[in-house]
Amino acid sequence: MNAVFLYALVGIGLFTLGLYALIVYRHLLRKILAINVMGSGVFMVLVALAARTQGATPDPVPHAMVLTGIVIAVSATALALALMLRLRAETGRTEFPEERLE
Amino acid sequence: MTDNGKQQMPFRLLLAVLLSTLAAGLGYAVLSLPSLAPGLSEQVAGKLETSGVSNPVTAVLLNFRAYDTLLELGVLLLALLGVWSLRGLPERRESSPGPVLDTLSRLLVPLLILVAGYLLWVGAYAPGGAFQAGSVLGAAGVLLLLAGWRPGARFAGLRLRIALVAGLGVFMGVGIMLILVGGHFLEYPPPFAAALILLIEAAATLSIGLTLAALFLGDRPETGARR
Repeated sequence: MNAVFLYALVGIGLFTLGLYALIVYRHLLRKILAINVMGSGVFMVLVALAARTQGATPDPVPHAMVLTGIVIAVSATALALALMLRLRAETGRTEFPEERLE
Repeated sequence: MTDNGKQQMPFRLLLAVLLSTLAAGLGYAVLSLPSLAPGLSEQVAGKLETSGVSNPVTAVLLNFRAYDTLLELGVLLLALLGVWSLRGLPERRESSPGPVLDTLSRLLVPLLILVAGYLLWVGAYAPGGAFQAGSVLGAAGVLLLLAGWRPGARFAGLRLRIALVAGLGVFMGVGIMLILVGGHFLEYPPPFAAALILLIEAAATLSIGLTLAALFLGDRPETGARR
């Protein structure tokens, strides 16, 4: 196991931690943060797996994808935060209404 | 809510077990990948000569997979339109920035603009490019907003709109122009590729930086003319 797989496994760990927080916490800010942690994990896996080349230069295609993804993640986060603020201004709540089964 | 934390304990344990299984499965999938996989790096290296730049990441972003970047600029603009369409965000309490932030922002903002220009230029042959430069520009904008600066009515109107759509507009314009001169959409002729990429990147840097700062500001800046 070399450094590439270590980084990729850490990325998977981040993704799973983020997914856990996304499900467990009810506050929307925490959910937004959790999605960002999940995204960072995915980026880390992509960047790590891009380094599996013979020479010193990694595969540029995943790097370009990550670069694109970071900007998308930032803009989506901004939109999500604005939606959350609007929800709070409208209803005073920062959580989704609880859904009861049955 | 923490009041029902006790009741949720079994649920959390079950969730932790399920997610550990997921992590183990994903980890197994990653570990079973071959340890040498050049991917598309050889194709990129082979075509790098014709791309107009010598940094492979910039070549992928703005030449080989320019569609992705074009659509990404569209997503950035859509996110800003989404934020702006949510009128009536709560008023933020303004506190006075204090002398440190005030002085520091005066010193840092020109430096950040210079760094953004450098990153934009260096992207052709080293790590850098429109997104990095745009983020630095966006950071300069955020610093200005934190220090209490607000876009005045003169800047917030048409000028701001034009600057925000410049990246997407120039990108689309170049693509359509290339169709008109007999090529394909965003297929740069090699002799002009470097100049076209720099042109697109310069416009994209401005738009990305302003969009990020505008997303931070949240509300649509008042132009004074409306209502």
